[in-house]
Amino acid sequence: MPIIEIVFYLFGAILVASALSVVTVGNPVYAVLFLVLSFFSAACIWMLLQAEFLAIVLVLVYVGAVMVLFLFVVMMLDVSGKEKRAQVVRYLPVGLLVALAMAAQLFLLIWTQGFETQAFPTPYPEGYSHTEALGQLLYTKYLYAFEIAAVLLLVAIIAAIALTHRKRPDTRYQDPSNQIKVRREERVRLVSMASDGWVGRSNGHGKEES
Amino acid sequence: MLTLAHFLTLGALLFSISVAGIFLNRKNVLLLLMCIELMLLAVNMNFVAFSRFLNVMDGQVFVFFILTVAAAEAAIGLAILVVLFRNRQSIAVGDIADLKG
Amino acid sequence: MSIKALILLSPILPLLGSAIAGLFGRQVGRAGAHWVTILAVMGSFALSSYVAWQVFLNDLPTLNYTVYTWAVVDNFNLEVGFLIDSLTALMMVVVTFVSLMVHIYTIGYMHDDPGYQRFFAYINLFTFAMLMLVMANNFLQLFFGWEAVGLVSYLLIGFWFKKESAVKANLKAFLVNRGGDFGLVLGVAAVAYYMGSLDYFEVFARAPEVSDLSVNLMGDASWSVMTVICICLFIGAMGKSAQAPLHVWLPDSMEGPTPISALIHAATMVTAGIFMVARLSPLFEQSPTALSFILIVGSVTALFLGLIGIVQNDIKRVVAYSTLSQLGYMTVALGVSAYSVAIFHLMTHAFFKALLFLGAGSVIIALHHKQDMREMGGLGRYMPITAVTAWLGSLALIGFPFFSGFYSKDMIIEAVKASDRAGAGFATVAVMAGVVVTSLYTFRMLYLTFHGQTRMDEHTRSHAHESPWVVTVPLILLAIPSVAIGYFTIEPLLFGGVLADAITVSPANDVVAKLAYKFHGPFEFGLHGFVTPVFWLAMLGVATATYVYLFSINVATTVKTRFHWAWQVLDQKYGFDSLYQKGIAGGSLALARVLSTWFDSRLIDQLVVNGSANWVGRFSALTRKLQTGYVFHYAFTMIIGLVALLASFVWLR
Repeated sequence: MPIIEIVFYLFGAILVASALSVVTVGNPVYAVLFLVLSFFSAACIWMLLQAEFLAIVLVLVYVGAVMVLFLFVVMMLDVSGKEKRAQVVRYLPVGLLVALAMAAQLFLLIWTQGFETQAFPTPYPEGYSHTEALGQLLYTKYLYAFEIAAVLLLVAIIAAIALTHRKRPDTRYQDPSNQIKVRREERVRLVSMASDGWVGRSNGHGKEES
Repeated sequence: MLTLAHFLTLGALLFSISVAGIFLNRKNVLLLLMCIELMLLAVNMNFVAFSRFLNVMDGQVFVFFILTVAAAEAAIGLAILVVLFRNRQSIAVGDIADLKG
Repeated sequence: MSIKALILLSPILPLLGSAIAGLFGRQVGRAGAHWVTILAVMGSFALSSYVAWQVFLNDLPTLNYTVYTWAVVDNFNLEVGFLIDSLTALMMVVVTFVSLMVHIYTIGYMHDDPGYQRFFAYINLFTFAMLMLVMANNFLQLFFGWEAVGLVSYLLIGFWFKKESAVKANLKAFLVNRGGDFGLVLGVAAVAYYMGSLDYFEVFARAPEVSDLSVNLMGDASWSVMTVICICLFIGAMGKSAQAPLHVWLPDSMEGPTPISALIHAATMVTAGIFMVARLSPLFEQSPTALSFILIVGSVTALFLGLIGIVQNDIKRVVAYSTLSQLGYMTVALGVSAYSVAIFHLMTHAFFKALLFLGAGSVIIALHHKQDMREMGGLGRYMPITAVTAWLGSLALIGFPFFSGFYSKDMIIEAVKASDRAGAGFATVAVMAGVVVTSLYTFRMLYLTFHGQTRMDEHTRSHAHESPWVVTVPLILLAIPSVAIGYFTIEPLLFGGVLADAITVSPANDVVAKLAYKFHGPFEFGLHGFVTPVFWLAMLGVATATYVYLFSINVATTVKTRFHWAWQVLDQKYGFDSLYQKGIAGGSLALARVLSTWFDSRLIDQLVVNGSANWVGRFSALTRKLQTGYVFHYAFTMIIGLVALLASFVWLR
């Protein structure tokens, strides 16, 4: 058995096993960790397919950013992982049925359409750069789509901030526009008071204001 | 001998597992989101495999975009979850049925 | 300014005046409203006179041009255009002059009315609409003017909209006129269909081509297309010009203020039908059948509707029935192809009938809006100017020699006698008998109003006095043409060929040409008028009226009791009203009731409208249970749908 098949089956098994664990383990923290594991193994399989850049991006972006975000949220929200087993079991037959039906159909499709005769391609020649090939395509043919993807990420950032940001009523801050708009009457209040006795003592220094 | 079908089978298995996961973890939004990530991974797996076997680079560009969208989706989905939790002190989807007709 | 600009200005001025008085009545005030509108009409009258001067004295050639193209469909143009020839010029002058007199008169008549500005806005709008009608160079604009004057007529009959009878009368006028307009629309549509154009001159040019065509109507009966078109158009004229049996609205229209009765329901609008037939004379000349039909309708109207006038007690209604009868005379003239005579009578009638109406209005002002002649009498002493002008108008109406009405009416009678069209014999008898009837009711009205004993109560009599100058000046100004215009215009209008550019008469039908041999100038014609049987017939009516109503009033009551059935027939107006009420109104109501219960409320409301809503509601009540609101249910649904989609890929490819 060539090394390439050993690698495929090894990481394929890890991938399937960790994915199964993700959906069955129940505790969200464990689930996230198993998800990380499955991403790792998927990245290895992609390496096998000589898609190094994507594999590294998967690890860096997914495992490094998204999964960490998941972990943050899971821990911040304090979700009790004690899902009632009974409820899980209640939907297990339906879920299994649907999943098996889907898997069966997919296998039927995959193993009858001539995919099974498509041999593993020969490796790329020496000095071939997957990153460069991808970059060539991304910055020429798919430039506009790439820009749109960038805008999409920006929108996602703004949306996430806008959703989670909240006003804190107890913080003090300045509002320059209100400061400019202020009128004299709001700042100064003239109070006329009877200055009884004082006029007499000062011998008419000024007119009494009334 | 490895063929394209092997890789597609791996993707199909992943997808089916995550479908089953959605059924099993229907009350836990976080796990639902993770299952969706898993589904996207399955799809990406197919894309990469097809791209490599057919020797067309465009499929991998598509994976790139899927990763982008998935990241955005995860960010916003988690943000919604946080807001939901802040408002209701719970993320149990079993309690949320405001769209009931 | 070019003459075209002046022509355009002449209808635009009243429109502007109407807009100012109507939309900004509160801002301009009462005096502002009447100044604006009167100046507008005065300008319009001046321009019309200028145009008439150019047409009649300076031989301005016929102007036919398009002002504005509204729409073009294929080769079919819908336009606003003016046709200026002698007929138009004459009508413009008559319309604007009478309108001006009525505007001035209104200041006095409507003095205390809260709707002062509104009234001026309406009559100014009417002037605009009527000018558009008479100046039209195509059927569409004719129809626009036709409906616009109808609308203003409707608004003005119901001017006192708090009075129930006025509201009913204006509804009646509107509905009856719709009946006639139905004919007009059919006629115009037939013209457009067969001639492919709505322009007058194009239609006239193509008229001979279609005169041989025939069309099957009502089964297999074959009709000449020309006859169908002409009769349809004339049905429109019957509605507007109140010919029997579509006359029923005109007497009721007297519910409106008197200036309106004078302007719209006597002098101008009701003559639109006469004008239209004269304008379309090249079409009507093609169809002797239609002309015979017109002749019969006209003579029936002239005689039998005049008879009703004898039994009426409301002063305005007497004048209204007299209007009907005179319109009948004009129609008779049209029927014998004497279009120019019809127009001639239209003109003289406009002056003296407006005069009579305004005189009646003057009486009504003096008696504080009492209109019953049984409560009048002897008013001549209190209001001499009104009495004298009313006498002049009446003499013109009965056709006393040398008065304007004499020339036009005698010419109609002569034309009928000279004609050999089918039905002319009946028409001759009818118009001759009509002369007696006319003089009878006219003098009955004069005597009951201005002479004999005073029958009003003491309070009213003490207040009766001559009307203010804004009322009497129009009376005097109208009395002048009522007396004199016939003498001066008969020769150029009828025999001088002035209207020849506008009116087409085929030589075989030309009765006016036959009469020309007998005519030796207006003075001789007038003198000869004293010895004709027509004059003596008129005198017979006058004598009867004088004897009965001036000397022995109880003869009238005796006759009334003796011939009670005849009186009742006349009092019921031959039963037209009750026939329409029971037949048409009742039938429509019954049909409407059936439709409303069965069709509307059962079928539409219950089955279609509420039924579909109920069905949707029930279906929704079922399907809303699908919407549980739980996220995972939606997710499940999506996944199951995905599985089904996959299945279709696997099994159905």
